[in-house]
Amino acid sequence: MAIKDYIRERFFPHIWCPGCGHGMVLNGLLRAIEKIGLDKNEIVMVSGIGCSARISGYVDFHTMHTIHGRALAFATGIKMSRPELKLIVPMGDGDALAIGGNHFIHAARRNMDMTAIVINNRVYGMTGGQFSPLSGYGTMSTTSPYSNIDHAFDVVELSVAAGASFVGRTTTYHAQQMADILGQAIIHKGFSVVEIMSQCPTYFGRKNRLGSAIDMLEHFKENTTPIGSKAKQKNPDLIERGIFVQKKIPEYCDEYKKIIERAVKD
Amino acid sequence: MDEPKLKEHVINRDWCKGCGICVHFCPKKVLELDDGDKAFAKRPEDCICCKLCEFMCPDLAIEIISSRGTARRAPTKGLL
Repeated sequence: MAIKDYIRERFFPHIWCPGCGHGMVLNGLLRAIEKIGLDKNEIVMVSGIGCSARISGYVDFHTMHTIHGRALAFATGIKMSRPELKLIVPMGDGDALAIGGNHFIHAARRNMDMTAIVINNRVYGMTGGQFSPLSGYGTMSTTSPYSNIDHAFDVVELSVAAGASFVGRTTTYHAQQMADILGQAIIHKGFSVVEIMSQCPTYFGRKNRLGSAIDMLEHFKENTTPIGSKAKQKNPDLIERGIFVQKKIPEYCDEYKKIIERAVKD
Repeated sequence: MDEPKLKEHVINRDWCKGCGICVHFCPKKVLELDDGDKAFAKRPEDCICCKLCEFMCPDLAIEIISSRGTARRAPTKGLL
């Protein structure tokens, strides 16, 4: 199956800006799914609100475009009723960790088998470039014209602390690593979080004078390093990418099924 | 092992938005933007079928048709 078979071609070209990282995430995700060889009917994609959430309209799986921050809650409902389906929940940084922050940590804690993709472009692009909880200290945005005084979450540390059983991070520049980690996250039985650092040349790039989409991709290349590399010891400011956590712990739907069986017996 | 041979760059001009990512990251500088800001293969004979353009295109607008389905590993370090 070619990746074109997984998309709704009638909606292309997509609405994302030239050079937007969301298209690159879509590209990597389709390649990952193609490689695993999943059937379209086995997959449910649930998204919330924002530029990133538009991704569910472009893929030819079962899709739901739901309310802001609550994609994981809807996905939880679907998974509970149809545990055999593969749930993929792409979210933006604001959607996942500001509006949906509480859903995010509790979904991670429950370890329900689904894949949460946090597409982190560090800004609310759709609504005009407001700062998000991942913009970080000292960044510029339309709502922080004198620079942002909020500190950012670390998605990986947050997910690990919340109990996710698979945690990875990559960037849009590392296209092959992205497809690889997404594939492993989808196969993993349990709650998987993949942070994909992405570029918003229109808002975050322009406001922070980071140049074009190409310059931002070069920035990802220069400022990230594989986990445990020597470069990280020399320069602690480098952001590590790779798979941070991959552990086997009881999955929620399996455990729930056992509870039902016990209750029926009694 | 045989090197894959390029058959064709299939570029969907309606989907390409001219961001230039493929042009910049192509290790052999095969692609360029035309007057209408759409990518095209200027030097297809230099293409090594690494498919980096296809993997990175945000608009899913490029497809490399080669003699072998699988991609040769991109020579650019750090992508894996």
